[in-house]
Amino acid sequence: MKSIARLMAASAIVSASGAMAADLEVTHWWTSGGEAAAVAEFAKAFDEKTDHNWVDGAIAGSGGTARPIIISRILGGDPMGATQLNHGRQAEELIEAGLLLDLTDVAEAEGWRDIIHPVSLLDSCTVDGRVYCAPVNIHSWQWIWLSHQAFADAGTDVPANWDEFVAAAPALEAAGKIPLAMGQQPWQSSGAFGVMTVAIAGLDAWSAVNIDKNADVAAGPEYAKVFEAAANARQLAANSNVQDWNQATNLVITGQAGAQIMGDWAQGEFQVAGQVAGEDYTCLPGLGVNEVISTGGDAFYFPVNGDADVTAAQKELASLLVSKEVQVAFNLKKGSLPIRGDVDLDAANDCMKKGLEILANGAILPDGNQTLSPDTSGQIEDLMVEFWNDPSYSAADAQAAYAKIISRAD
Amino acid sequence: MAIADDAQSPSAVQRERTQRPNRLFKNMTAKIASIPMVATALVIFVGCTVWTIVHSFTNSRLLPRLEFVGFEQYERLWETRRWLVSIENLAIYGVCSLILSFVIGFTLAALLDRKIRGEAVFRTIFLYPFALSFIVTGLVWQWILNPQFGIQSVVQRWGWESFAFDPLNNADIVIYGILIAGIWQGSGFIMVLMLAGLRGIDEDIWKASRVDGIPVWKTYVVVIIPMMRPVFITALVIITSGIIKVYDLVVAQTSGGPGIASEVPAKYVIEKMFQSQNLAQGFAASTMMLLSVLIVLIPWAYLEFGGKKRG
Repeated sequence: MKSIARLMAASAIVSASGAMAADLEVTHWWTSGGEAAAVAEFAKAFDEKTDHNWVDGAIAGSGGTARPIIISRILGGDPMGATQLNHGRQAEELIEAGLLLDLTDVAEAEGWRDIIHPVSLLDSCTVDGRVYCAPVNIHSWQWIWLSHQAFADAGTDVPANWDEFVAAAPALEAAGKIPLAMGQQPWQSSGAFGVMTVAIAGLDAWSAVNIDKNADVAAGPEYAKVFEAAANARQLAANSNVQDWNQATNLVITGQAGAQIMGDWAQGEFQVAGQVAGEDYTCLPGLGVNEVISTGGDAFYFPVNGDADVTAAQKELASLLVSKEVQVAFNLKKGSLPIRGDVDLDAANDCMKKGLEILANGAILPDGNQTLSPDTSGQIEDLMVEFWNDPSYSAADAQAAYAKIISRAD
Repeated sequence: MAIADDAQSPSAVQRERTQRPNRLFKNMTAKIASIPMVATALVIFVGCTVWTIVHSFTNSRLLPRLEFVGFEQYERLWETRRWLVSIENLAIYGVCSLILSFVIGFTLAALLDRKIRGEAVFRTIFLYPFALSFIVTGLVWQWILNPQFGIQSVVQRWGWESFAFDPLNNADIVIYGILIAGIWQGSGFIMVLMLAGLRGIDEDIWKASRVDGIPVWKTYVVVIIPMMRPVFITALVIITSGIIKVYDLVVAQTSGGPGIASEVPAKYVIEKMFQSQNLAQGFAASTMMLLSVLIVLIPWAYLEFGGKKRG
């Protein structure tokens, strides 16, 4: 009886929409503890609320490792059902080549333009008025994470901004702590530098360089201060011999390191470790100097597929990812901010609330991925990873090289 | 060779004269059989190489397109510190690995060739690392050279507290840390090649040299090595191609770090093409790699094949 009912239900769906259950392979690079817990929320919702199946295609490593794999699969004619990318300019050429599914009908039917806040997230998904991706969260780089235990061991107060942190660094070193935890991956070096730029050089200089690509400002005095500060931070991070960002976060969680400059995805790690914001650790947006956050983030793109069932499943997934319930469940686990202002995040902790408040005040700036092409970002990463690892590389030389990259940026 | 020899005899010349129009169709089956390989070689190797070189003069980003920008990509390439470091690393790695592979490989082979007991056991042990991929080799040596778990900590625990050996964390010597792993992996294979060459040497030559009272080492250097020329050429080609394409070893051991101190050209090419989404820059770099191979190869080929014609 049950099976007949199921059969009838199934045939009803088939005749109604022509769609059948499809297996959708979803690739992403969310593999650390907090990230994996968050992406499991997507999988759960997709399996429960639709007839389709989520086939997890996690790619270990970081975005730098995963993106080439994802892109070569799309280019090579073996597209996955859906994939994570950082929206912005990474998928620009894939869209131009017509390899990604146009989601405009879903976006218009559900009024994404009205519900997505800030709307710049949707703009990053839009090319020539058509929508090509579903943003899922807002991630901001502009955070420093401080370990209460490390500062207690060193006998100093937990700093309230970058300058206080630098002043407290000798005490940390005396207590046998690493003042600043830094992973060695290129994107981390480059990201930390970006955060210091916003905090130290200020917003105007940042936008002149990153948005208007003004090489004179990049070679100017504001940026010179940033490079000096970065050279100083390089000393503070000298003993941190870890590779991955979550290993560096772990140094902060365990109190072996005083602080880490890292985006708000680090929050998920603190949560998994059972730490409480404000008690075990403190987060300072904009290094406690300039309270702004960049609104980069992750988005899902759906490669064009010849199979109509898969296309239907892709569109269902797109609308599911943006839906209220899924947004709350996902972002609480991930430690990121939801992409819509109308959801209820009572369960959010201290740090997320700080972020939400800044977001509500509109103190936002675009993310590096939105303003710089992957080529330029890659060159900056090469420069930064060398600068952070080679103590003999002077701040002035690095600044000259940086200005040159900016002068060539597009 | 056989055809050339035939051509010298008068009857063959005559035969060829009468059959000249059909020369193209001589050995028809063999020629037809080799068409797929010839086509593959032309399309895959020559065709793709030309395509790559052409696109290195464009401003292609994620997708190839034909908007020519002259030598811009090459200018940028040679201004990039990372590329210069890569070239320098490749030169150091290449020269050291070439010399050490030959010396270690030949020495081991010569020792095994002295009819020692348990030769098969030693041969297996020496060849074993070659059965591992570069990725596994790289990870194993990353652990061995890791200052917290590896050699350094072991020696320190024996009591030599000030002992320091952490090549992978020291930008100045990191390339030698990679070299160690490369040699460990590759020299066993070279040894087997050399051993095969040594076994091909006629026993009578050894007897003759013994009668003449020539010392063993001198026999090796003056008689045996020149006789093993084909084996050396084979080994040279294998080692050199391994050097130029070294990539996975670096990725597994250091991923180019610390900083950019152990970057290699192949890694630059891959990352520019796929991570930075700048195909043309990657193509320009790979064209430079091809050029460097040709610079080595052409004089050698000229000497090798040009010489034979004259002789």
